[in-house]
Amino acid sequence: MEILPEFELHQPDSVATAVKLGAQTGAKYLAGGTDLMPNLRHGLGDPISLIDVSGIADMQAIENTAMGLRIGASVTLQQLVTNPLVLANYSLLIEAANTIAGTTHRHHATVGGNLCLDTRCQYYNQSEWWRKSNSYCLKYKGDSCHVAPNGNVCRAAFSGDLAPAMLVHGAQVEIWSAKGGQRIIDLDDMYQDDGANSLLLKPGELLVAVLVKPLPTFNTGYRKVRVRGGLDFPLAGVAVAVQGRGNKLEQVMIALTGTDSRPILLKGCDDLCGKPLDDAALKALERLVRTQTKPMRSTFIPNQYRSKVAVNISRRLLLDLLMR
Amino acid sequence: MPTNSKMILRVLVNGIAREDLIPVNMLLVNYLRDVVGVTGTKTGCDGGECGACTILVNGEPLLSCIELAARVAGKQLETIESLAHNGRMSTLQRSFHEQLGTQCGFCTPGMIMASEALLRQQSTPTDQQIKTALEGNLCRCTGYVKIIESVRTAIKLNGDV
Ligand SMILES: Cc1cc2nc3c(=O)[nH]c(=O)nc-3n(C[C@H](O)[C@H](O)[C@H](O)COP(=O)(O)OP(=O)(O)OC[C@H]3O[C@@H](n4cnc5c(N)ncnc54)[C@H](O)[C@@H]3O)c2cc1C
Ligand code: SF4
Ligand code: FES
Ligand code: FES
Repeated sequence: MEILPEFELHQPDSVATAVKLGAQTGAKYLAGGTDLMPNLRHGLGDPISLIDVSGIADMQAIENTAMGLRIGASVTLQQLVTNPLVLANYSLLIEAANTIAGTTHRHHATVGGNLCLDTRCQYYNQSEWWRKSNSYCLKYKGDSCHVAPNGNVCRAAFSGDLAPAMLVHGAQVEIWSAKGGQRIIDLDDMYQDDGANSLLLKPGELLVAVLVKPLPTFNTGYRKVRVRGGLDFPLAGVAVAVQGRGNKLEQVMIALTGTDSRPILLKGCDDLCGKPLDDAALKALERLVRTQTKPMRSTFIPNQYRSKVAVNISRRLLLDLLMR
Repeated sequence: MPTNSKMILRVLVNGIAREDLIPVNMLLVNYLRDVVGVTGTKTGCDGGECGACTILVNGEPLLSCIELAARVAGKQLETIESLAHNGRMSTLQRSFHEQLGTQCGFCTPGMIMASEALLRQQSTPTDQQIKTALEGNLCRCTGYVKIIESVRTAIKLNGDV
């Protein structure tokens, strides 16, 4: 007997065929498989068919377009960090991508898979027998949440490292479906704060490419805190782009991951601009992070630590980038 | 295109062309161990977390425990068994053996295949590059220092040739 459930495997070579297959009941897209395969091995999901999108040429290209740099969803993280166009203007994407999983994973893990990553929780990313012994949970097969037992929303954390970096670069996503053709939306609008349903993609919709714009006058950086120095998902991660003069902020964008069921593009950052980054401004930044993020008890590490560390890495990274 | 639950898989495993009837949902590591019978590749975790199952596919490292055998059709696979020639260990294998980079040995096939992938890309990597290449490979025995020394020894031996 095989470890994985039974499914059909399709390996289309065009987006048109992929979305036609993806429109069928029980279809699931498969890219690098570095998130989906461990989940299927844990009995998380029972797809009727897997639609392998890793071999579709249109989804593997990186090219300059009128709308910015277009990165195909099936570009691997290894291809991303070695691509000349990305190296030239998008060091933030490279910095974030290099913190994802391990080197071997990055040879196969894709940009699209990373942006569509399933949310994570200490009660969810467990084997079938573990979850069964614990009466499952709201996110899959169960009817209550072990993190917030009184609530009726799953609070599993979105833990992808690329999303905050992409958000800071003003990313838009190109989404295709069999019925609707193509639509382009802000990456920020692809997510909602519901751990059991964090992607605002309709069944069968395929993420085909991401469009990002350069930030030539900004200093950018990514920082993440995790249990081990390698391999681990972020307990909290932050991407920052800052433009300033001396210790004065002129423009700043900040986005976080690992704290909520969706990546957070911090609102109200304009209030920090036009004045020096002094103690009062850092306090104001702390308030922005505290009020807009809410880590829950979804990791073994206490959520209070994640709240505190989200503030501290945001503060330190902003200071470091402004002084650079 | 395999659409039924079984398919014929054609691959090159350690230089030998194979043709096997396999279930579509078969994991690559199980294909290698149970169908081909090359058992050097290990499984150390329940999916993607330890690197013990690392092999090379068209020269790139891959975790065979989270890959479908069906998806490597037409490709060139290399496992730890491919490294020794006529009973003589490769420099990496010999270095791991002599520098105590292997103790219980369970992580070793994965460590060596990930190191092999690195050295083919970059013949004189820095310590940091070695650590990055092996960041997904866990070892419960050696404490890693001996592993890095083993790779460094192999680099030196390769340079002496
Ligand atoms: C040990 C380990 C450590 C990890 N550490 C990190 C980490 O630190 N940071 C991090 O961000 N990730 C981490 N990951 C998760 C994963 O490796 C990466 O997020 C990777 O980028 C996922 O990409 P993939 O192509 O492998 O996705 P897949 O597993 O193929 O797919 C992931 C999900 O996205 C969907 N999907 C894929 N492509 C598309 C598409 N084009 N359109 C619509 N839906 C799509 C799939 O259906 C699936 O639900 C880790 C994984 C492991 C096993
Ligand atoms: S947050 Fe609650 S519902 Fe969601 S995965 Fe965790 S325990 Fe399950
Ligand atoms: S057995 Fe493949 S990563 Fe552990
Ligand atoms: S030698 Fe025992 S796990 Fe590495």
